[in-house]
This record gives sequence, structure tokens and C-alpha cells, in this order.
Amino acid sequence: MVRERIIRYLLLLVAFSALGSLVLITLFIFKEGLPLIVKVGLWRFIFGSDWSPSRGSFGILSMIIGSLWVTAGALILGVPLGVAVAIFTAEFAPPALTAAVRPLIQLLAGIPSVIYGFVGLTVLIPRIERYLGGPGPSALAGAMVLAIMILPTIVSISEDSIRAVPREYRDGALALGATQWQTIWRVILPAARSGIMTSVILGMGRAIGETMAVIMVVGNALALPFSPLQSVTTLTSNIGLEMAYATGDHRRALFAIGVVLFVIIMALSISANLVGRRPARR
Amino acid sequence: MSAKTTQRVAEALAWMAGVFTLALLFSLVFYVLWRGLPVVDIRFLLSNPESMGRAGGIFPTIVGTAALTLVAIVIAVPAGVGTAIYLTEYTQESTLTRLIRFGTDSLAGVPSIIFGLFGFVFFVITLKMSWSILAGGLTLAMMILPTVVRTSEEAIGAVPRDLRQASFALGATRWQMVTTVVLPGALPGIVTGIVLGIGRSIGETAAVILTAGSSPGLPTSLLSPVRTMAVHFYILAREGISDQAAWGTGAVLVIAVLLINVVINWLIGRMVVRR
Repeated sequence: MVRERIIRYLLLLVAFSALGSLVLITLFIFKEGLPLIVKVGLWRFIFGSDWSPSRGSFGILSMIIGSLWVTAGALILGVPLGVAVAIFTAEFAPPALTAAVRPLIQLLAGIPSVIYGFVGLTVLIPRIERYLGGPGPSALAGAMVLAIMILPTIVSISEDSIRAVPREYRDGALALGATQWQTIWRVILPAARSGIMTSVILGMGRAIGETMAVIMVVGNALALPFSPLQSVTTLTSNIGLEMAYATGDHRRALFAIGVVLFVIIMALSISANLVGRRPARR
Repeated sequence: MSAKTTQRVAEALAWMAGVFTLALLFSLVFYVLWRGLPVVDIRFLLSNPESMGRAGGIFPTIVGTAALTLVAIVIAVPAGVGTAIYLTEYTQESTLTRLIRFGTDSLAGVPSIIFGLFGFVFFVITLKMSWSILAGGLTLAMMILPTVVRTSEEAIGAVPRDLRQASFALGATRWQMVTTVVLPGALPGIVTGIVLGIGRSIGETAAVILTAGSSPGLPTSLLSPVRTMAVHFYILAREGISDQAAWGTGAVLVIAVLLINVVINWLIGRMVVRR
């Protein structure tokens, strides 16, 4: 039985791999980034609008606003579409079609982000420039690309939560003479709202954290944006671009942006955990 | 609007949303293949890039992608499956298991650029691995760990209870029961997790470029820097080196992703049949 006991302890040890990774990541990101935030001052770091690493000026306000623009835009475009697709596959589509659509939506999640970025760059950006004006690479382009990228998260988790609504609710509403849509709108969606909220929070996390696709379509201008057609820089795109050459305090400042990003993501993660059930896989 | 009209309008809108999304997916895939496939032939796949990737092929980037993915899988699968076995077979729900699940779920939400920053400062700098297959593979292993844990946990949980009890009744120890009953039963699900992890590794760019580098040569050891297909695609596309070669690489990437999805669906189909 000694062997059994050893196996048990080994498995316990292994079970800490994910949690341990998270702790390790937290420690090292903070260790690299926090000293610079302390040096610059949290207020000036977050609300400073001048980012000139060569002059030792590190203010990330324009990146925070850039991230907010593309994320909000992605949610505005992606959430209604995603929830509509979830309602479609869970309620309206014939079962055979649903069975075909689910894996296709998952395929969207599997396509590498760099592909989304380059397709956005070659297909979307010239059209934005021609029909809407502006330089082309813009917050709007970022939002559109991200809206598509968060669809799988929104659709799969919303669909699962719509399906999880007990049959009796549906039958009860229909028996009272409600139409199918009245049942969906007044009974099923309210019952599924915690799952739908979770999907929105997780989609938001994905949008804020996405890097490569965003780098390729937002233009990466370091200015406070006033219109969705303007070029923006996001927290992630700035890290991704400048890590290629940054050294010293500049590199530490990029880790400090990582700290800010990490705190936002953990806050979203915790709220997703509080809002509802465990997220389904992917 | 009468209830009936609203019903019709809502149903039409839901159908439009579904059709629109599928059309988006198909046009995305077809666009990449249409731009890229004309470039792809055996020589493109099996020769080295020339003049920064303007000419020649992508062979070293295929090797690099395979090497990184292999390292990631070799590390993440035992860790992930072990975690799932512990959570389902060796313990009851407690604060500890909730903490482990919270860690797993939160790790899944960490953006790849953060993994890149961490892998760079931890594996590349602190552990002195430099930009290498090992550093990149370890970083990817951490990224795909949550996927492996969740799919394995689901698959293991779906193995019927009576099989476990029958195994114990025959005098099996817990570990014997796990290896002879639970793991074989959960295998298709576990493999699904592995394949999902492979898919994520192949497409990853931000974390890989910061930990494995972007050197386009053929690797000679675990400590060689490599350039993966996704990184190659990114560099060609972003630096405007060659759209043609970029789309060719993109087409190979998309085909790899399509194949992986076919495999996953086949495996999930098998799982459903078995239950």
C-alpha cells in the first residue's frame, strides 16, 4: 500500500500545477513591473497621457482608453450577434443543423489570431477607409475583428446556459399560451442570464487580452482617441510591439502594463466565478 | 406588433444571425485558402526560406512548430490528466479542490501576451534557457494546461460509477482501478483535450515570439531558438516582406487547424456513441 500512498501524494502535487503556474506568473509579472509603477507613481502611470520611454515618461492613459474602445466596440457588436446565434442554435435551428453549427463555431475559436489580424488588415481596413473615412487602421477595425474572435466564447457558453433552463419553465410558458418568442424572451433568457453574463465577462477578457490580431489592425498611434475611426494603441498591442526592442526601465514599464492587464483579467475572472456557474470548456 | 408578428420577426433575425456567422466563417477560411493555396506545393513545404522569407519555403517553421507543440504536450498532458484524476478520483469537493479549480479557470483566462512576458522573464532570463524550444514549449505547456484539465475531468466524470465499484469489488486498488477502468474509458475525451491543446499551440504567436524567438534556422537541440509557422506568418505579414509567402504560410496554418477540428469532432462523436 506504500505505492498507493506515493501515487496519491504525487497526484496531489501535480494537481497544484495550474494553481502553481498562476501564482508563479503573478509573482514574476509583479516583481518585474511593480517597482516601476512605484517609481513613477500609480496615479501618474495610469492617468499620465505621455508615453515617451526614451525620456523616461511612462503614462499609459491612451492605451487604457484604446483598450476600452476596442473592447467596448467588440462587445457592442459581438454580444447581440453571439446571443442571437445561441438562441438560434438552442431554440430555432433543426437539431441536425445545430449539430453541424456547433463544431463550426468552435472552428472560429481555433483559427489563429494572426490570421484574423491579417485578414482584417487586407479586407476590412481598405473598406473602412473607403466607405467610412479616417486612416483605415482604427479602433473600429479592432472592435470588428475582436467581435468575431469572441463569438465562440459568447455562443458556446450562452447556448449551454439556455439549454440548461429546465424543461418545465418552457412547457409552463407555452401551456399558458405564450408564443415561442415570448417564452424565450420572458422566461428562458431571464433564467439563463447568469450564464449569458458569464459568457460576456469571459468574452470581454478575451477581447482585452488579445494581442496579435489587434496589433495588425488598430494602427498603434499613441494618442487619445476621440472617434472610432482613429488609430489607437491598446495595452496589449503596446507590449507586443515594444517588447521586441525595449531594455531597462522601458522593458520594466512594459511589465508594469502587464501588471495592469493582469489585474483587470483577474478581476474579470473572479467576477465570472461569482456571477455564475463554472465556464464550460473554451 | 402582434405576438405572432414578433415571433416571426424574432425567428427571422435568429436565422439571419446564424447564417451570417456561418457565412463569416466560410468566407474567412476560403479567403485564406484562395490567397494562399496557389503558393503551397511540396517545395514550399520542404525547403528553407530565402532572403528573409521572400522566396523559398517554410520547412524550418514547420519543424519549429512541431517541436514546440511536442514539448508542450509532453509536459501539459501528464500534469493536466494527473490533476483531473486527483480531482475526480482521490478527493471530495472541498476548499482545496475549489481553489485548484479556480486556479485552473483563471489560468485559462490569462492572455497569451502575459504568458509571453512571464516565459521571457522566468524561462528565458531567470532560468537562462535563452530563446529556445524548451522555453517556448514550457510556456505553451502552462497555456494549454487548463484545456487538458477540463476536458480530462469531463471525460473521467463521464465514466459510469458502477464500473468503478465493480473494479473495487474485484479487489483492485484505487490506482489499479484508475489505470484499468477510468483512463481507458475516458481516453477519447482526454485525447480531445490533447488535440485542442495542439491546436492552440500551433496558432499561438504572442507567447511564442517572446520565449522561442523568431530565428528562421533549423533547430539542432532543445535549446535552439525557433520560428513557428504562426510567428513566420506574423513577421512576413506585418513587416510587409511578402504577402504571397505570408498567405501561403497562413493557408498551411488554416489547413492544420481544419484537420485538428475534424479529428476533435470525430473523437467527440466516438465519445457520444460509447456512452
